[in-house]
Amino acid sequence: MTELVATTPGLFPLPDWAKSDLSDLKGHQKEDLVDGDEADAVRDAYATARGEVVDAQTAAGLDRVVEGQLRWDDMLAHPLTVHDSVETRGIVRYYDNNNFYREPVVQDDLDFSGDVAGELDALADLTDDPTQAVLPGPYSLADLATNEHYEGSREFLHAIAEFLAGEADAFPAVETLYLLEPSLVENPPADDVADDLADAVTTVADAVDAEVVVQPYWGALDEKTHAHLLDADVDAIGYDFVANHEENLYNINEYGTTSDVSLGLVDGQNTLVEDPEVVRERVDWVHEQAVSADFDTTYVTTNTELFYLPYRKYEAKLTALADAVARPEVEA
Amino acid sequence: MTDDAAPNAKDQFRPAGHENEHFLMTTVVGSYPKPKWLDRARELYQGGDTTKPREHQGEHAEELPDFDEDAWAEAKDDASRLITNEHERAGLDVVVDGEMRRNEMVEFFAHRIDGYEFNGPVKVWGHNYFDKPSVVSEVEYDETWLVDEYEFTADVAERPVKVPITGPYTLANWSFNEAYDDLESLAVDLADLVNEEIGKLVDAGARYIQIDEPALATTPDDHAIVGECLEHIVDEIPEDVRVGLHVCYGDYSRIYPEILEYPVDEFDLELCNDDYQQLDVFKDPAFTADLALGVVDAHVAEVETVEEIKANIRKGLEVVPPEQLVVSPDCGLKLLPREVAYEKMANLVTAAREVEADLDAGEITVDAAPASADD
Repeated sequence: MTELVATTPGLFPLPDWAKSDLSDLKGHQKEDLVDGDEADAVRDAYATARGEVVDAQTAAGLDRVVEGQLRWDDMLAHPLTVHDSVETRGIVRYYDNNNFYREPVVQDDLDFSGDVAGELDALADLTDDPTQAVLPGPYSLADLATNEHYEGSREFLHAIAEFLAGEADAFPAVETLYLLEPSLVENPPADDVADDLADAVTTVADAVDAEVVVQPYWGALDEKTHAHLLDADVDAIGYDFVANHEENLYNINEYGTTSDVSLGLVDGQNTLVEDPEVVRERVDWVHEQAVSADFDTTYVTTNTELFYLPYRKYEAKLTALADAVARPEVEA
Repeated sequence: MTDDAAPNAKDQFRPAGHENEHFLMTTVVGSYPKPKWLDRARELYQGGDTTKPREHQGEHAEELPDFDEDAWAEAKDDASRLITNEHERAGLDVVVDGEMRRNEMVEFFAHRIDGYEFNGPVKVWGHNYFDKPSVVSEVEYDETWLVDEYEFTADVAERPVKVPITGPYTLANWSFNEAYDDLESLAVDLADLVNEEIGKLVDAGARYIQIDEPALATTPDDHAIVGECLEHIVDEIPEDVRVGLHVCYGDYSRIYPEILEYPVDEFDLELCNDDYQQLDVFKDPAFTADLALGVVDAHVAEVETVEEIKANIRKGLEVVPPEQLVVSPDCGLKLLPREVAYEKMANLVTAAREVEADLDAGEITVDAAPASADD
């Protein structure tokens, strides 16, 4: 029988008091954003906010607790924008959203940083529940960045993968690692790097002793990218059933998938809060429709990061996810 | 619509005693830096912390100076008068009040439309947030949005007044949609409300409306939805009312020439910011509407010289003849220091007058031939 796990892809909104306090402490311009070397007062504010989002997850009853990535001013580009070998330039659009991040330009070797491991150490001090790390997948992080150091796009992809593997290797024990890969949908790999995708993802996945989930979103992977991703040594691939259920179901049934699966069934970008019963029906629907699949574990999650939402709607989404999974199984 | 004989042509805005034969109408996109005292007045009115809504500040309210609804209204009137006059002093042919009464381009309208609710701020980038509203039921027209603003501005202005309105596509796209099946049906319903508001503005005397659709730049594939919305917006609006569309910071090749089918008189385009790299997009096929060309950058605090702006205006003459050219900044000027914003406007006007004089004297040869949608 499939085990259901309620979780999220992280990147939460700051509580409203922290939005206000941190804008006062840091400022509003691009040079004011997190650079990995924050003042004590800024660190303290983030620590308090981290405690709140951990409590919110525990209160909701999620099966995995994430750190919340509240410091990630540049969203998925964060691991690079705080790196010493990276220059941050202008503000650029974050996919097709009305959100912006600083363009990271890689100018030297991407050696070990430890920034994300530091956040997870802080998380470990806050909870005894099973924890989950979150990183950008190597393809998306390379896609969000500009390379002015490595020879070509293949070399850059592998350098990013090695960098992320080094970061992941320093993590404290976590139950699960989510690698977020929206660029696989939004800007699929061209032929010259497509063959390297599985290797790059595997490089990162092999660095941790945890269940690894790769989560693309904002639609379905094209068939070729899906096939390449299936070659990666990961435990689960994610499918965004909010944005496109037909093509995602087609991919699962036509090509098969991993033994575990992650289902994006709650909308991370809309304030309409789903009824847990409806979410659970959607889980059951995918299980029924995925004819050849018999999943060991099904992760039930929002399709995207949650920072797009007002804080109280984010909290409500956590509860919807946890309640959907906690419901007793409906006998067909 | 671009025929000189048409009543909505720009000549209706030509000032009496205009010094040159040619007329390159000068105007602005809309927003302008707020005077510091207006921000301070808002703080006093809201009770201290402008990042928090008023109702969340009750515990500190007693410690604050008495700054009531009437005082806040008077502050906004003062700012509106001040900035309208500042636009006139810069010499603009058509003025606005710098949107002094508006806090943000979506929030302002959402607060005035039934069907919207607010759940708190969301991130745009870094620590820049806005109260992104949620549409929770069918949108309906309630109180007027801009009639008071227009009437006040028109009353204090000597020059004609333009009314910028956030377009329905942007109002829909920059909101959470909890109530409609899709973005298009929400946008079209909002377009009907915009149409109703324009009707009231026209009754109040407005003759120049600008629809702002910055969201089109992020999702250019939706240009047909914007076109459908505009059809609703102009329905039964008298022909002598000039309707413009402002679009900024996008890949124009993805919306041109399709936008020429839109029922508007003028396109107000940001082109200066990337140094007119996209200018050629508009040369083929011929630009059949009026072009309100961005000739100063709204995101660079350095003031362009008159000579630089004249060269930019001449870029516009590569696309349209003088009869179809309007001169404007790239976008709203609100992010600039106020003195920089003023200097940009003043230089823009000087440059336009000098180009007009050069045209009168035959010192500029115009490449672009007049084109009409009727051709």
